Amino acid sequence: MGTNPSGENVATRQDDPVNADEKIGMSRIDIDKRLKSILVDVLAIDPEQAAGFDEDTGLFGDLPELDSMAVAGLLTEMEDALDIVIEDDDVDGEMLETYGGLLAFAEAKIVGG
Amino acid sequence: MALSTWTCPLDQGGSCEELLITYGSGFARKVLIIPPLFDEHNKLRRQLIMVMRELAAGGVGSFLPDLPGTNESLIDLRKQSLTGWRKAISAFRSEYETDRFFSVRSGAILVTEESVGLAYSPHSGAAHLRDMVRSRVLTSREAGRHVSSDAVYAVAREHGAALGGWEIGPQMFRELELAELPTSEKIAIVDHDGIGGPKLWLRAEAGSDTRQAVALAEIMLASFEIQT
Repeated sequence: MGTNPSGENVATRQDDPVNADEKIGMSRIDIDKRLKSILVDVLAIDPEQAAGFDEDTGLFGDLPELDSMAVAGLLTEMEDALDIVIEDDDVDGEMLETYGGLLAFAEAKIVGG
Repeated sequence: MALSTWTCPLDQGGSCEELLITYGSGFARKVLIIPPLFDEHNKLRRQLIMVMRELAAGGVGSFLPDLPGTNESLIDLRKQSLTGWRKAISAFRSEYETDRFFSVRSGAILVTEESVGLAYSPHSGAAHLRDMVRSRVLTSREAGRHVSSDAVYAVAREHGAALGGWEIGPQMFRELELAELPTSEKIAIVDHDGIGGPKLWLRAEAGSDTRQAVALAEIMLASFEIQT
């Protein structure tokens, strides 16, 4: 905690995990929602099905429709929707293997800029 | 609906016969449909036909011509250029006296500034290439070969490249990189957010959406009523 000029305790972006959402400009719930919305489009699934995706839901390798062209579209759409830039070297098997991996990647990208 | 062919001028000289799909040929008002390039064309073709059907139901005719090297064309795609395709679009507009165009995604980069029409969810040539190059890099990695995007770009600018199965010649590649979206006041941009529903070009498999087709046709029909 820091203090303001009047001496009251105030939360700062650096030391208050509660304000992490503010730091990345987008809440985790918001990122999760946007990511699932993109997957609904790419995989042509119902929003209800996407809503059921959890950390361990398999993506690349488990879903035959997610070929390299679809992944390319997915990454570009993530860049637009989340305002991030994804480099070649960012893309690896771990990131695309599960929904949890993709979500963690998106969060890290947004925080890291 | 009528299937026929149209005589398309070739940039390298001569001409070729290409497939032409027409809805409502007898109508006074006519729209030229310009599909997205490459893979997205295949994904959205059925949806475009649905839009054409809706336009005809509203009393507006429409044309969907193949360009050399696209869809059913027998012409070598690798020898085509963006300049050639733009000339082909202009030639079609003059020959068939269309009043408006309706471009989808990267189809917008084929439109000349003096054209009047709607550009649905326009996508620049550079953005489209980026998707294709990225797909190529991912495919190579799956096969155990590490290729960078920069390397693909460098080779493609000089020699062309096969991207996602599309044989793109060096001139086409270089022109796509520089192909910006038209900014003329005569061209109205239709964002997908205003249409709603899934973005069909993102789907791995081709799909269609009646509600979206109706919404897009309604915007085109309204543009005629306002401006005539």
